[in-house]
Amino acid sequence: MIVLDVIIGGLLTGGIYALLAAGFSLQYGVSRVLNVSHGEFIMLGALAAYSLYVPFGINPLVSLVILGPIFFIIGSLTNRILFERLRRIAGSIEVFEGQSILVSFGLLFIIQNLALLAWGADERGYKFLVIPINLLGSIFAANRLVALSLAVVIGLSFFFFLVRTRLGKAVRAAAQEETGAQLIGVNIQWMHGLCFGFGASLAGFAGVLISTMFTVSPFMGLPYTIIAIIVVVLGGLGNIIGSLVGGLILGLIGSIVLHIEPGLELAVLYILFMLILLIRPKGIFGK
Amino acid sequence: MDIIRSNPERFFLLVLSIFILIILAIIPSYIADYYVSLLVSIFKFTVLTVSWATFCGPTGYISLASAAFLGTGMYVTALIGEKVPLPLVVLFGGLASFLLALLVGLASLRIRGIFFAIFTLGLSEGLRHFMNWWEISREGRMGRWVISADYLTIFYTMLMILVMTLLTSYLIRRSKFGVALQSIGEEEEAARHIGINVNAVKVITFAVTSFWIGATGGIIVTQWLYVDTSTAFDVSYSFTPTLMALFGGIGQIYGWVLGSVVFTIITELLLTEFPYYYMLIFGSVIISVFLFFPSGLVGVVIKWRKGKLVE
Repeated sequence: MIVLDVIIGGLLTGGIYALLAAGFSLQYGVSRVLNVSHGEFIMLGALAAYSLYVPFGINPLVSLVILGPIFFIIGSLTNRILFERLRRIAGSIEVFEGQSILVSFGLLFIIQNLALLAWGADERGYKFLVIPINLLGSIFAANRLVALSLAVVIGLSFFFFLVRTRLGKAVRAAAQEETGAQLIGVNIQWMHGLCFGFGASLAGFAGVLISTMFTVSPFMGLPYTIIAIIVVVLGGLGNIIGSLVGGLILGLIGSIVLHIEPGLELAVLYILFMLILLIRPKGIFGK
Repeated sequence: MDIIRSNPERFFLLVLSIFILIILAIIPSYIADYYVSLLVSIFKFTVLTVSWATFCGPTGYISLASAAFLGTGMYVTALIGEKVPLPLVVLFGGLASFLLALLVGLASLRIRGIFFAIFTLGLSEGLRHFMNWWEISREGRMGRWVISADYLTIFYTMLMILVMTLLTSYLIRRSKFGVALQSIGEEEEAARHIGINVNAVKVITFAVTSFWIGATGGIIVTQWLYVDTSTAFDVSYSFTPTLMALFGGIGQIYGWVLGSVVFTIITELLLTEFPYYYMLIFGSVIISVFLFFPSGLVGVVIKWRKGKLVE
C-alpha cells in the first residue's frame, strides 16, 4: 500500500500548505504586499499555541478560536501602520510591490527577534493526540488527521466565504481589479486592512496546526514563507482559490519525491517552481 | 549649467577617489587586525551592492540572486582551492557566477517585476537545497574545508575586486550601454523600437556585474577555513545589497558606496554592542528607511544642501 501511503501523506502536508498559502495569496492579491514575514506569523501562532497548551493546558483547538481574532487585529494594525503609509509614499503600485518585500523583510527580523527574546532559541514541542490510527492499511498519528481535517474545514469555510458572501465577492473584486472595485463602491482601504488581517489569521491557524505535529522554534518561519511563495506562484499570484489547490498538489509532489529520494524534496519544489515561472508566469491556472 | 559645473567636479571626484585608494592601499600596516577585517567586510558589501545596483538600479528589476552568485564563488574555491593558485581560483569563482548569471539573465527576458524577484529568490534557495542534498547524500558530508589565505592577501584581493567593480559600473553607466539600460527601465518596448538590443543589454550587464560577486565569494571564503551550504548561500546576502543600495539612495554610484559603508558599520556596531537586539534594531532601521527616507542618504544630503541654498 505504498501508493496510498504517499498519497495520504501528501494530502496531509498539502492541507497545511494550502492554508498557509491562502493567507499569503490573500495578502498579495488584495493588499499587494508580498509578505516575506508571513512565516513569522505562522511561527507566532505555533509558539502561542505551545505556550497556551503547556502551562495552561488549553487545547490547541481552543487556541484556534482565541488566536484567530488576535492575529486578525495584529495583521490589520500592521497593514495600517506600515503598508498604508508605504503605499502613499511609493506612488506607483510597481514601486510599492518591490518596497513592500523589503519592508516585510525588516518586519521578519523584528518579529523573529521579539520571539527569540520571549521564547528563547530552543526547539519546543508538545504531545497532542499521538494515537496511531489505521487508515486503509497505513498508520497515521491522530494529530495529523485532526490537523488535516481542520485545514480542510478552515479552507472550505474560507472558500465559501469568498464565493458565497457579498463581502467575499468584494474581496475577489478587489483582487481582480482595484480601480473597478472602487468604482462599484468597494472601500479599498478598508479591504486592504481586512485582507491583511485575514491573511495573518490564516497564518496563525496554520501555525497552531503545525505546532500539534512538529517541534516549533523562532526560526521556523522562513521555510514556510518560501513554501507559500512557491504554492502561490503555482496557483497564480493573487488567485486565492488557485493557491488552495496548488497547496494540495505541492504536498503530493513533495510526498512523492520524499519517497523516491529523501532530502531532495525541497530542491525539486524549487526547480519546479522556477520552471513554472518561466513557462507559465501567471501560474498553472492562470489565463 | 551642468556641463560647466561637471568638469571641475568630475576632476575633484577623480582626485578624491585616487586619494582614498592610496590611503586604503597603505592603511593595513597602521591599523589593528580587527579594522582590516572590518574594511574587508565593507569591501565585500560594497561590491555586492554596486554590482546589484548597476543592473537593478536603472532597469528596475529586483534581483534576489546575489546569495546564489556569492555562494557559487565560495563553492568554487572549496572545490578547486587546493589544486589551482589563488588568483585563478578567484577568477574561476567569478566565471562560474558569470555563467550562472547568463542563465538567470535569460529568464529575465521573459519575466518582469515581482516575478523576477521571486524567481531569483527561488534560485538562491533552490541552489542551497540542491547543494545541501548533493553534499549529504552523494558526498556524505555537511561542509568542506577551505584553503586559508593570510589576511593581507584577502585585503588586497578584495580591494582590487572593489576597484574593478566600481570601474565596471562607472564605465557601463557612462557608455551608450548605460543609457540603453536606463531606457529599458523606463519603457522597454520603446527601447526596443529605437533599435536597442534589449535582450543582449540586459543579459550581458547582469552577467558582467555578477562576475565580481562570484569573485568576492571566491576570496572571502578563505577567511573561514570551513564552509557549508547554509553559510555560503545565506539568504540575507540576497536582501542586503538591495537594502544597502536603497539606504544610500538609488541612482548614483557614490550613493551605493555610501549606503554600503554606513550600513556595514552600523551592522557591525549593532552586532558587537547589542547582540541580543541586533535583528530588532536592524529590522527597524530597514523599515524606517522606507517609511521616512525613501530617497536614502543621498536624498537626505540633497535636501540638506537645498535647504542651505534657500537660506
